[in-house]
Amino acid sequence: MTNATPAETLTLNGAEVVLRALKEQGVEVIFGYPGGAVLPIYDALFQQNAIRHILVRHEQAAVHAAEGYARSTGKVGCVLVTSGPGATNAVTGLLDALMDSIPLVCLTGQVPTHLIGNDAFQEADTTGITRPATKHNYLVKKSADLARTVHEAFYVARSGRPGPVVIDLPKDILIAKAPYVEAATAEHRSYRPVTQPDAGAIRRAVALLKGAKRPVIYAGGGVINAGPEASHLLTELAHLTGFPVTNTLMGLGAFSSDDKQFLGMLGMHGTYEANLVMHGCDVMLNIGARFDDRVTGKLSHFSPHSKKIHADIDPSSINKNVKVDVPIVGDAGAILAAMIAAWRADETPQDKPALAAWWRIIEDWRGKDCLRYRQEGRIIKPQHAVKRLYEITRELGRETFITTEVGQHQMWAAQYFGFQKPNRWMTSGGLGTMGYGLPAAMGVQIAHADALVIDIAGEASILMNIQEMGTLAQYRLPVKVFILNNEYMGMVRQWQELLHGGRYSESYSAALPDFVKLAESFHAKGLRATDASDLDGVIREMIAHDGPVIADICVAKDENCFPMIPSGAAHNEMILGPDQEGGVAGVTDEGKVLV
Amino acid sequence: MSETLQRTATIAVLVENEAGVLARVIGLFSGRGYNIESLTVAPVDELRRLSRITIVTTGTEMIIDQIKAQLDRLVPVHKVSDLALEGPHLVRELALIKVVGRGEGRMEALRLADAFRARVVDATPESAVFEMTGSAEKIDAFCALMRPLGLAEISRTGAVAIARGARSL
Ligand SMILES: Cc1cc2nc3c(=O)[nH]c(=O)nc-3n(C[C@H](O)[C@H](O)[C@H](O)COP(=O)(O)OP(=O)(O)OC[C@H]3O[C@@H](n4cnc5c(N)ncnc54)[C@H](O)[C@@H]3O)c2cc1C
Ligand SMILES: Cc1ncc(C[n+]2csc(CCOP(=O)(O)OP(=O)(O)O)c2C)c(N)n1
Ligand SMILES: [Mg+2]
Repeated sequence: MTNATPAETLTLNGAEVVLRALKEQGVEVIFGYPGGAVLPIYDALFQQNAIRHILVRHEQAAVHAAEGYARSTGKVGCVLVTSGPGATNAVTGLLDALMDSIPLVCLTGQVPTHLIGNDAFQEADTTGITRPATKHNYLVKKSADLARTVHEAFYVARSGRPGPVVIDLPKDILIAKAPYVEAATAEHRSYRPVTQPDAGAIRRAVALLKGAKRPVIYAGGGVINAGPEASHLLTELAHLTGFPVTNTLMGLGAFSSDDKQFLGMLGMHGTYEANLVMHGCDVMLNIGARFDDRVTGKLSHFSPHSKKIHADIDPSSINKNVKVDVPIVGDAGAILAAMIAAWRADETPQDKPALAAWWRIIEDWRGKDCLRYRQEGRIIKPQHAVKRLYEITRELGRETFITTEVGQHQMWAAQYFGFQKPNRWMTSGGLGTMGYGLPAAMGVQIAHADALVIDIAGEASILMNIQEMGTLAQYRLPVKVFILNNEYMGMVRQWQELLHGGRYSESYSAALPDFVKLAESFHAKGLRATDASDLDGVIREMIAHDGPVIADICVAKDENCFPMIPSGAAHNEMILGPDQEGGVAGVTDEGKVLV
Repeated sequence: MSETLQRTATIAVLVENEAGVLARVIGLFSGRGYNIESLTVAPVDELRRLSRITIVTTGTEMIIDQIKAQLDRLVPVHKVSDLALEGPHLVRELALIKVVGRGEGRMEALRLADAFRARVVDATPESAVFEMTGSAEKIDAFCALMRPLGLAEISRTGAVAIARGARSL
């Protein structure tokens, strides 16, 4: 490096160089947990004020917290863990971030370079273990590479399809003096993702859209990744064209749930109208979604009559599961802007009567009111609990962020909580990691101190990272944990009911803690609702309390999540509700092997 | 569409010559269940720190496109080229083939080697090592002929490949 400080004038040690590079990259918060191999960084952290450190209670939680921070701000999340068990504990979080395209930089401690490969104390082959769980990783072996590597890691994490990057830092490199270099302004040598779309592809796409009789826009997490402007552009394109819009689980908030063109979520637990529109459309515009199996159902029957346009920043997402007619590589925001311009410039008239007829069909499907439920009697329906939570937070008008754990409660949150803006919804979609929601909420609350942050949880999932209640207490983070306590691993129980003859093998949540006392022992407020008439009061009390709360909402134990496309079935083979469960008998062994 | 039709592809990948890059490429193939028929790697540009990996793989057109896209998104990968799609190209492999034996078999092996343009690079009264370059088929054919004549050991490099003409990666 040409602008490196000459060796004799080096004043910073490796740890200080790392922190200076983080600061230059705009890092304000780092989520971490100390240990022998990273003590030099902890020492350097102690002697500065620019970067705040949040001490979690488990390294997995540090990564999920950084994910929540990143997803709710659009910035790169930052994590610091020690070697060996610190690094291995982080692996689940890293893979979670990889699957959901969340930009992170995770610093891991490592034994000193001369001991690498010797089975030294707390040594792990961290770059080997995390290679398939990260977008990229580095082992820094020379002090001269340190600053450049940190800068490059941030570039890689946020560019193209975002993802987690690990930097493994041997202890001797952290202690030795090292040169500081500023972030490079030159292009990266090999990694230069395409962001501007090809004009020909845009023209072909717009020609298809203009001629569409039964169109749909299927928008995913990539629109969120592209930043809030992309959501505005998506809305503009939708209004310009009059097309119906559906969002994936990861895309919720990219298009407002209040908009009358919004069909709700699609896929396995998506709405009747969204899935039938996908099945029956003649032109599909996929923007920033990856044709996940939870969305396509049976591939051979997926949207059989449509021409498909797929806009994605990652060429490997295109033609991976579903063969498409018009691929467009680029950033969702740039692609939407180009499409809007091309739509305006193209004088071909749109087939308005066909679109009107399509909407009449869609309104018919909407008329099924597939998310209807009956709240009768005293037992709280989980759907009702989420719906009231949504209505009350809206009424209060506070900036609200929702995270979830994984299971039925996650799906009910997706179905019954509406999002009007991007970056307000954090959930583990690709990996489906139970234990994600509480630490993610922590990260969100750190980034948005005054906002209302709620983890919609299940009683089983919440126990997977419950230790983070300690972190909430330490930093006075007023996160609300809203447990839909059905005393079952409900999603597992549902599959066992529908696919395994009602044999509820190991899915009962036995010996649960008393969540109210548990909250209190962690210096938080504990609330419980057991009767439908308690629900609103508990929700209001939870929100009004200015510290962390666990609200134990005791809900119906045997409720199932509908609509549901059973595994291996097609979109038009959806089960709408309990009255129709007979239909599931038809699930084949081929369907049962799917997860 | 021939969605099930398999083809063989020879893919040249220009990568940063750095630790772990081969592990990334191999991990990609094993992790995603792609075939590797052969893989060769060596530095090709000291100054710019580049290595070239040649991979021979088989799959449907959709899988081969996936393989290329997946390779291309690896951070240290500079360029990915599917040689057959880009025009005529040369594919060569080098093999060292040891034949052990005396008498008529040995004489026959030496005669065939000559016909196949394999060079004798080591010889003792009871053994010979042949060096051969060519297509995989040619080497296969030669090895098959050597089998009854005392074939003892084969070491092959796997394919290396380059485009014909002025075009370069
Ligand atoms: C219990 C459970 C049930 C589920 N049920 C459903 C369900 O019913 N419906 C559903 O939709 N999901 C469901 N999921 C989630 C599902 O597993 C997937 O995570 C989700 O469908 C993927 O969303 P996506 O296609 O928007 O892609 P993401 O995972 O968000 O990927 C984003 C895509 O956009 C691209 N991209 C990234 N950045 C940009 C950019 N700047 N510009 C353009 N493109 C970009 C990426 O390359 C990628 O292809 C469920 C998950 C769980 C755990
Ligand atoms: C770490 C992890 N282990 C196992 C699973 C499989 N799994 C998916 S949902 C679920 C049950 C979740 O139960 P709970 O948190 O009570 O949510 P509910 O479905 O009852 O709403 C399980 C075990 C998972 N997703 N993550
Ligand atoms: Mg439960």
